[in-house]
Amino acid sequence: MKPAAFDYLRPSSRREACELLYEAGDDARLIAGGQSLMAVLNMRLAQPKRLIDIAGIEDLHYIERRDDHLAVGAGVTQAELLEYPGLAGAVPLLAQAMPWIGHWQTRNRGTVCGSIAHADPSAELPLCLATLGGEVVLENRRGKVRRVAARDFFQGVLTTDRHPDELITEVRFPLARPGAEYRFHEVAMRHGDFAIVALAAVIDSDRVTLGVGGVADRPVSREFARHDDPSEALNALAWSLGAEDDAHATAAYRRQLIRELGRELIAGGPSDEESAHARQG
Amino acid sequence: MHARADQRIRVTLTLNGRERSGYAEPRTQLCDFLRHELGATGTHVGCEHGVCGACTVRVDGRASRSCLMLAVQAEGRRLDTVESLAGEEGLSDLQQAFRRHHALQCGFCTAGILMSCEEFLDRVADPSEAQVRDMLSGHLCRCTGYTGMVQAVLEVARTHREAAVPDSQQENNDV
Repeated sequence: MKPAAFDYLRPSSRREACELLYEAGDDARLIAGGQSLMAVLNMRLAQPKRLIDIAGIEDLHYIERRDDHLAVGAGVTQAELLEYPGLAGAVPLLAQAMPWIGHWQTRNRGTVCGSIAHADPSAELPLCLATLGGEVVLENRRGKVRRVAARDFFQGVLTTDRHPDELITEVRFPLARPGAEYRFHEVAMRHGDFAIVALAAVIDSDRVTLGVGGVADRPVSREFARHDDPSEALNALAWSLGAEDDAHATAAYRRQLIRELGRELIAGGPSDEESAHARQG
Repeated sequence: MHARADQRIRVTLTLNGRERSGYAEPRTQLCDFLRHELGATGTHVGCEHGVCGACTVRVDGRASRSCLMLAVQAEGRRLDTVESLAGEEGLSDLQQAFRRHHALQCGFCTAGILMSCEEFLDRVADPSEAQVRDMLSGHLCRCTGYTGMVQAVLEVARTHREAAVPDSQQENNDV
């Protein structure tokens, strides 16, 4: 289908974008890469009166490795972050998770911050940010900067803590800790489809942080001690997320995936062969 | 830039190496602008919500779905569509390989798939079959089963690699 009519605004600065957002209130939507929003507009699931395109704002296009985090500006596409030379060393979880996002062709335009702003509960980037304990940086029309922890930012399905006059300018992914291992895996109907269950793990010598996407209304991460047998912790996590039946999978199947994939991830991850097969499936 | 919903905006871009202009409303999708305004009907429109990949074009070199992009967002950019592939000498290497390997049947999805494969071959010189299949997973084809496309892409990659080997090295290999 074709989108319903809207005014199109292309601000040239962050401040101007925030002013336009403030003026329009609930009638406006921001667009960057548009790989989620355009589909929603085409199907007329959203019919904003104004579309504010932030692609013309020059100073949002950067990837910076700082003391303790990798900062990604709102203009950076998923493909650009995947091609960032130091990614596997800086944030290994992203290097593993990002090939699962949509497809080659959508990663070429979809932005990193756009996925965070969209807050789909099955999306890979919000899950990574939540599991790593990252932050979202927002700026309002007065230039006031607010930093929000991922666990506070995601508030439900497509719902975040962003104020109506705020623009996400940057997301911050914590750098890899020495000695920790990072692993990611997901199950979907086909590669590139929405995850039925996505898991991200940070494994230290004495503890495990496991993030789950696709089950609750937002990405959820839990930390537990690393025992020889994580079954009990995984079972408790699986039951705590309020899994529901839907067209793609039953609640019981989702809980089983959390238990089984969780065990595999903690033990060393699905074998390369299984991964390759899943990626192709 | 502020455009009203009913305003027709002049959009200028480089299409297959030539500067072209036309008019679009803010809500006009890039695929419709190419077909209806610029007459470039090689790009096909399938699902219109980013799932099938039929409308894929290259935007500043990057394969992108033209139904998930507005015409106004293409202002000043370099666009390449399937019309750019065949030259005066005939079909491109990739197109010939598609023909040889029966990588198309009805052809509706092919225009988009070729543009993805072109970018992929530019960026990945020595792809594995898994990589090719991963790239093709962004496209739906209901005729072929994809196997012919995989073979065509792998063959073109191989041919280009062999052609890129300097003469001196080739001589060494012969010995």
